[in-house]
Amino acid sequence: MAEILNMVHELGEGLFGPLLWSLVWVVIKVVLLLAPVLFMVTYITLAERKVIGAMQVRPGPNRVGFFGVLQPLADAVKLIFKETILPEKADKSLFLLAPLLTLVPALLSWAVVPFSPELILADVNVGILYILAISSLGAYGIIISGWASNSRYAFLGSMRSVAQMVSYEVSMGFTLIPVILITGSLSLVDVVEQQKDWWNIIPLAPMFFIYFISVVAETNRSPFDLPEAEPELVAGFFTEYSAMSSGLFFMGEYANIVLVSFLGALVFLGGWLPPLSILDFIPGIIWLGLKAGFLMFVFLWIRATFPRYRYDQLMRLGWKVFLPVSLFWIFLTGLVLQLTRGIGGE
Amino acid sequence: MMVADVIFYLFATVTVLSALGVVGARNPVHSVLFLVLAFFSTAGLFVLMGAEFLAAILVMVYMGAVAILFLFVVMMLDVDFSMLRRESVRYLPMGFVVGAVMLAELGLMMAHHPGEGLHLGLDNTDNTLAIGQALYTRFLYPFEVASLILLVALIGAVALTHRERKRVHRQDISTQLARTKEDAVELRKVASGEGA
Repeated sequence: MAEILNMVHELGEGLFGPLLWSLVWVVIKVVLLLAPVLFMVTYITLAERKVIGAMQVRPGPNRVGFFGVLQPLADAVKLIFKETILPEKADKSLFLLAPLLTLVPALLSWAVVPFSPELILADVNVGILYILAISSLGAYGIIISGWASNSRYAFLGSMRSVAQMVSYEVSMGFTLIPVILITGSLSLVDVVEQQKDWWNIIPLAPMFFIYFISVVAETNRSPFDLPEAEPELVAGFFTEYSAMSSGLFFMGEYANIVLVSFLGALVFLGGWLPPLSILDFIPGIIWLGLKAGFLMFVFLWIRATFPRYRYDQLMRLGWKVFLPVSLFWIFLTGLVLQLTRGIGGE
Repeated sequence: MMVADVIFYLFATVTVLSALGVVGARNPVHSVLFLVLAFFSTAGLFVLMGAEFLAAILVMVYMGAVAILFLFVVMMLDVDFSMLRRESVRYLPMGFVVGAVMLAELGLMMAHHPGEGLHLGLDNTDNTLAIGQALYTRFLYPFEVASLILLVALIGAVALTHRERKRVHRQDISTQLARTKEDAVELRKVASGEGA
């Protein structure tokens, strides 16, 4: 994969000249990255309906295309051709900006996600910080949509959602700090390479579970989908949205699910490293895909399994359980590292 | 002109324009959103200077937390926007004074650091490590004092605003979990026609 890319790069440099080519090359790389991401985003919607259907002993969508494989395309066509309704008293420009502000951060984060040691758009040395920073921007789309809709349901839904996202971002960030301590680097490539001997999930199992529950809450997924809470808030912050503008919110949500699944696989499950060194012949990108795919499956699995949490329980879990536990693990990891390796020692 | 220069002027223009927007916007919520845009483009400027750690922290702390709280407060307040705008003219002279003082201070600082910038002798390739080392060795005491002050402010704010309300039902998880069948359920045999 990386060899083919390098070949194309050299070929193009000869054709266009270095300056123009460097710009074209960036665009090509971004398209090559975003196309599979958007493909996954489209098809996780089908996977969700199929998986939950199977768990509830019904077939799920099976009319459009063989086995329902064209269903997401049909949905997309429907969303694009429906009318986008602008509420009379909405703040028009912000109302239309909000869905983009949810989708764009979810796509921006992919810039630093490595698929193999070479296959990465931007190997910055603060990859994890970058992802944490960008993912904290996702809340803006939601809070703006709630306010700009000028509707009580939407406003209450967005307040809830933002409070939830801000709270769980904290515990998600703290679960990554032990990993950074162990690796001694903020680069995601280093984080994966360091897991050669054993995956981070072995010494940091509680952190992995807190990470996963936190990201479920941060992506507003069931059982923490209180922002939507259809029995009380109609549809939460996107009550007033229709057609593709609400479709963009959904795309943002699913893009975030795919992103945090990949991040979890990279940070805790050894990324592209095979579980046993005998299995080395299978390419790393397949291992990464399998691990991330499993985490995405768990997202759908818990949606079909658990009833919705109550809001005060959700806040209690985040601030009074996850935060102290992850802070303690940071302390513990630091202590163990100091005793075994003497980090920062003289 | 280099590509980096073009990007610098782009970010700088957006920063200045959005800073003007903060002051000039008709609606306070728009003001806060302009402030967020100013933060973001400043983070972009930090990245151009090779200070990616500062950029990430700026986005995470100021955009991810502080500005969100601003938005919460501003959205919930019921303010009369036109009233606010009429009154703001009265504060114009004061604003000019504050601005002039800050400009003078900046000028003084620049005069003492001609062209050098803030270096601290840091290596730009890994400024996360460098900032960590500086904070936890050379500036350990100021750092710890600052964090203590913040902690005191935090606890103070909670202590000042927290009040026990008598008639509110509070949920106590440990007492809920400590309930058993014996002290929660009572089975009685009630004869027909005698139950109250």
